[in-house]
Amino acid sequence: MPSLTRKEVEEIALLARLHMDEAALARMESELGAILEHFSSIAAVDTTDIPPMTHAVPIELPLRVDVAFPSLDAADALRAVPKRDGDLIVVPAIIAGSGE
Amino acid sequence: MTELAQLLKDFEPVIGLEVHVQLATKSKAFSASGIEFGASPNSLTDPTVLGLPGSLPVFNKAALELALKLGVATGSQIRAKSRFARKHYFYPDQPKNYQITQFDEPLCENGHLDLIVGGAVKRVKLQRIHLEEDAGKNTHVGAFSHVDLNRAGVPLCEVVSAPELTSSEEAAEFMRALHRLVRWLEISEADMEKGHLRCDANVSVRLRGEDRLGTRTELKNINSFRFVQNAIDHEIARQLRLIDSGGRVERETRLWDADLGQSAPMRSKEEANDYRYFPDPDLPVMVVEGALMGNILRSLPELPVARFERYQKIHNVTADDARTLISDRALAEYFDAALEAHPKDGSGRTIANWMLTELLGALNKAGITIAQSPMPPQRLISLVKLVEEGTISGKIGKEIFEESYRTGEDPAAIVERRGVQQISDEAMLWAVVEKVVSASPKQTTDYQGGKDSLFGYFVGQVMKETQGRANPVMTTDLLRKRLGR
Repeated sequence: MPSLTRKEVEEIALLARLHMDEAALARMESELGAILEHFSSIAAVDTTDIPPMTHAVPIELPLRVDVAFPSLDAADALRAVPKRDGDLIVVPAIIAGSGE
Repeated sequence: MTELAQLLKDFEPVIGLEVHVQLATKSKAFSASGIEFGASPNSLTDPTVLGLPGSLPVFNKAALELALKLGVATGSQIRAKSRFARKHYFYPDQPKNYQITQFDEPLCENGHLDLIVGGAVKRVKLQRIHLEEDAGKNTHVGAFSHVDLNRAGVPLCEVVSAPELTSSEEAAEFMRALHRLVRWLEISEADMEKGHLRCDANVSVRLRGEDRLGTRTELKNINSFRFVQNAIDHEIARQLRLIDSGGRVERETRLWDADLGQSAPMRSKEEANDYRYFPDPDLPVMVVEGALMGNILRSLPELPVARFERYQKIHNVTADDARTLISDRALAEYFDAALEAHPKDGSGRTIANWMLTELLGALNKAGITIAQSPMPPQRLISLVKLVEEGTISGKIGKEIFEESYRTGEDPAAIVERRGVQQISDEAMLWAVVEKVVSASPKQTTDYQGGKDSLFGYFVGQVMKETQGRANPVMTTDLLRKRLGR
């Protein structure tokens, strides 16, 4: 059953924004592989005609009445923000050279 | 290099649009923060919007109702059970690192939007309409970006058309039709200036007669009717020139810069082509109850394009006037109220005329909308009737309109007081004609000698004698009779 290639592990790390060194990548390759193997044993169960279940209990989406409540103060909302300019959050530019 | 016009003879553009419509709710999609354009930065957030640990999303019922309205108005199939999914990407406008959207089980599918193209109705298929939350706003300043999360979590409907539009004009018309519809149904304020309607366009070209679609590019950031048209025209030309010079269109996302009037490929420092969608475990299946659907169906008014057709087919209004009448729901409601006050066959065209020239002219001059009109439809109709019945001439009617609009006085009362009733009494008019002709022997001889242009002189004299009250049709008839030609 599906073992992960090194390239796949590197891709997953990139998508998750995790920077891993050689040793960590090698460890992940075998650990993630083991997890996937576990799932492959679950995949052996015959699920024909069984609808996919995304929630453990069969509940419907609760809905909220459209009423606005007071928001957080900007000072509170931004407390964990490392860099600010007034009440704006400052981050490194992602798209080079263009406005939104 | 081949001329663009020549290339367009051989190639046909194929355009699909994805339009984000901001829903007119008071609070956000999944939490109770308020929504306000231009509020001070980061003043409209809460733990859910910020993606803080332990916060949970609870969906806004009003957003569902507005999306259902749009679904029903576009003849879409509504999914009784739909689902929210997480779309993962790392970008500072989205602190959770995923956007809540709908993926494989959207609320609405297979609908259509009716556009008015050159006076006719064109029906464009909609692949889907789904619910999602907006992201925050990034403003790029040199090596940094400023992030304001006030917009994050605002409820949106994404409307996705089939690739069935064949010109930039049609694409702009699609935007206008959607804009008109969502305003009509009060689904969105649809204020373009505030970005309530934002459009991405998928553009490709193919040889005419070819079934397969060409490679498409996605144009982002086109947020006005004019930009839609400019950006698409520009992209069609770019692709055609590329193909003409032996190149190939690459599948890419391009960002439209309205100031420069050109697009450039969007390069992300970190490409994430895998959004890893999965059902949001925090949000169970969304069930649309029959009772809710019943309420939506009952609340739906007659739609703009249906009125466009009714005004022409039943009320004899011209296509141009019908189009103007449906440009604004209040205008159409005024017209319908006027029709109701005067349900005579064929009067629709006359009523539309008075409304669109005299009334709209006066309203525009005063800088007010039809909803604030000092002249109610019933009063306009009493004026229209006075003209239709021949009590006053159309010319006098305009004066009466002006006075009634200004003072609020009933048109019939003004006519009575001013004594401007049209003279339609044949004997009376004959006497005037007789007087005018006898007083103009030279003109009479000249006219009878073939100088046709003098006829206007006689009409003018009759009008002068009657202070403009002579029935113009009868005046013409009687003059011809008296003058012998």
